[in-house]
Amino acid sequence: MTPRPLATRRLILQGAASVALLGLGNLPFAPARAAANDKYPEQAFKLKNEADAIKALYGRTAEPSDKVKLDAPEIAENGGVVPISVTTTLDKVTSISFFVAENPNALAASYRIPDGTIPGVANRLKMAKTTNVTAIVEADGKLYSATKEVKVTVGGCGG
Amino acid sequence: MASSIRVRATSNGDITEVQTLIQHPMDTGLVKDAKGELIPAHFIQQLTFECNGKDVFVADWGTAVSKDPYVKFSFKGARKGDDLKISWTDNKGGSDTITAKIA
Repeated sequence: MTPRPLATRRLILQGAASVALLGLGNLPFAPARAAANDKYPEQAFKLKNEADAIKALYGRTAEPSDKVKLDAPEIAENGGVVPISVTTTLDKVTSISFFVAENPNALAASYRIPDGTIPGVANRLKMAKTTNVTAIVEADGKLYSATKEVKVTVGGCGG
Repeated sequence: MASSIRVRATSNGDITEVQTLIQHPMDTGLVKDAKGELIPAHFIQQLTFECNGKDVFVADWGTAVSKDPYVKFSFKGARKGDDLKISWTDNKGGSDTITAKIA
């Protein structure tokens, strides 16, 4: 009855190997992986500048693309509630993020788009004053963006 | 207590459209109250939509998302009658969950 202990041994070895693999997967890689992670990107939300926030979230820069369609009002009477939406014809979209350049913290929202989810989202954001709004779509490992200016007549930060 | 989450998930053949409205102050931590004291930041950080054991949409939010947040998206692969589980957590450790049926 030798096969039995052997099989057990193999199982244990396999187990050890997969644990090792899992361990590797959890290593804190470069920030480029942040968006693919399940963790809340706390650091990116704290940054003031838009370029810094994009870098912290994705670890690279975006190129403008007409395949990203950003829908935002030209004039927002109430900066506290500005409806913003984005759709795209790009394939293999994994995430969509919104940045409001003139806000105290540029990153407003970031959405993960798993396989099978339509790459598009509508939400409402706050804007401190007249500002550029940028939507970034991560597709097939690359970043594409669209930017639009929203004129805000009453800021969305109380005060 | 009534749930903080209101959701409408409607199936249109292969595609399910989800609209969600959540009651939450989404305080930025930059606004003062009537007495001139800062209202501490209090906002939803993560909102997850799960259907048939799989995340179909995950939102990471900062303070720039409007009070009583609204979000709309669509996904494939669900049918009428399937359960859609929605949960959020905020920066103060608050949370809420609701399970809605796709209509």
